[in-house]
Amino acid sequence: MNMQADALYPKMYLYRRVVQAKLFIDTHYHQPLNLDDIADEAYFSKFHFIRLFKSTYGKTPHQYLIAVRITNAQRLLKSGMPVTDACYTIGFDSLSSFSALFKRLVKQSPSAWQQAELKRDAEIKKAPLNFIPNCFAEMNGWV
Amino acid sequence: MITKLNHVSIFVLDQDSAYDFYVNKLGFKVHTDASMGPGMRWLTVCPPEQPDLEITLMAISEGMMFKQEAATQMRDLVSKGTFGFGVFECNDLLATYEELKAKGVEFTKVPTKEFYGFEALFKDDSGNWFSLGEKAK
Repeated sequence: MNMQADALYPKMYLYRRVVQAKLFIDTHYHQPLNLDDIADEAYFSKFHFIRLFKSTYGKTPHQYLIAVRITNAQRLLKSGMPVTDACYTIGFDSLSSFSALFKRLVKQSPSAWQQAELKRDAEIKKAPLNFIPNCFAEMNGWV
Repeated sequence: MITKLNHVSIFVLDQDSAYDFYVNKLGFKVHTDASMGPGMRWLTVCPPEQPDLEITLMAISEGMMFKQEAATQMRDLVSKGTFGFGVFECNDLLATYEELKAKGVEFTKVPTKEFYGFEALFKDDSGNWFSLGEKAK
């Protein structure tokens, strides 16, 4: 089927390279990545790459990398990891720049966000029925 | 006056596998994952840009909702690809198609220009199928 898509869309190979670069960011976000590495990975010149990436994903590769890091920080914070550890694990080397970026994107500080999430998870564990629409719970015999 | 749809159910064969598919492959966000005991798990996910529509990944298991015979029939029908549950939207269909293919998602129709729009069809891990369309630019 890939061959079929390739035959229909001659620019498919370009998409493939942009997507590979995106997947590269998705899996290597915690490493000290720079744009040249990512553009090289996709066999593009830097500026051509930024333009294509942005037209595909609506974000520059750098903006996208930050978004992936913050999303992964949220995942780690939700698992209970301390803010400082989460910051270094996702590839930031400064706690203050991590906190500032997190706050800008999530609209809450990392610790406030973490506390709220952990509190909600504890409440779900304690009283799951409060989080399930009653009709579904009744239909399944859970109440 | 009804104002919104906020929950919709997709019936799945296995919730762990559906979690992997919808979260790790499609990139959806987990909204609520509440366990009520063995075989009783309320699992909802949301498309990344639609946090107020919860997709409930409902296990097809014998219980109050399904009698044994109905559960068996339903599992059979779902796995045979009987049900098309909806239309998803993306900003760039060729890129999304390429990414989901790379993640192992099975497509039954390559991106195709139709009179109503640019569309592909894919299946989830249970056999439910969906249309994937590109947002009009």
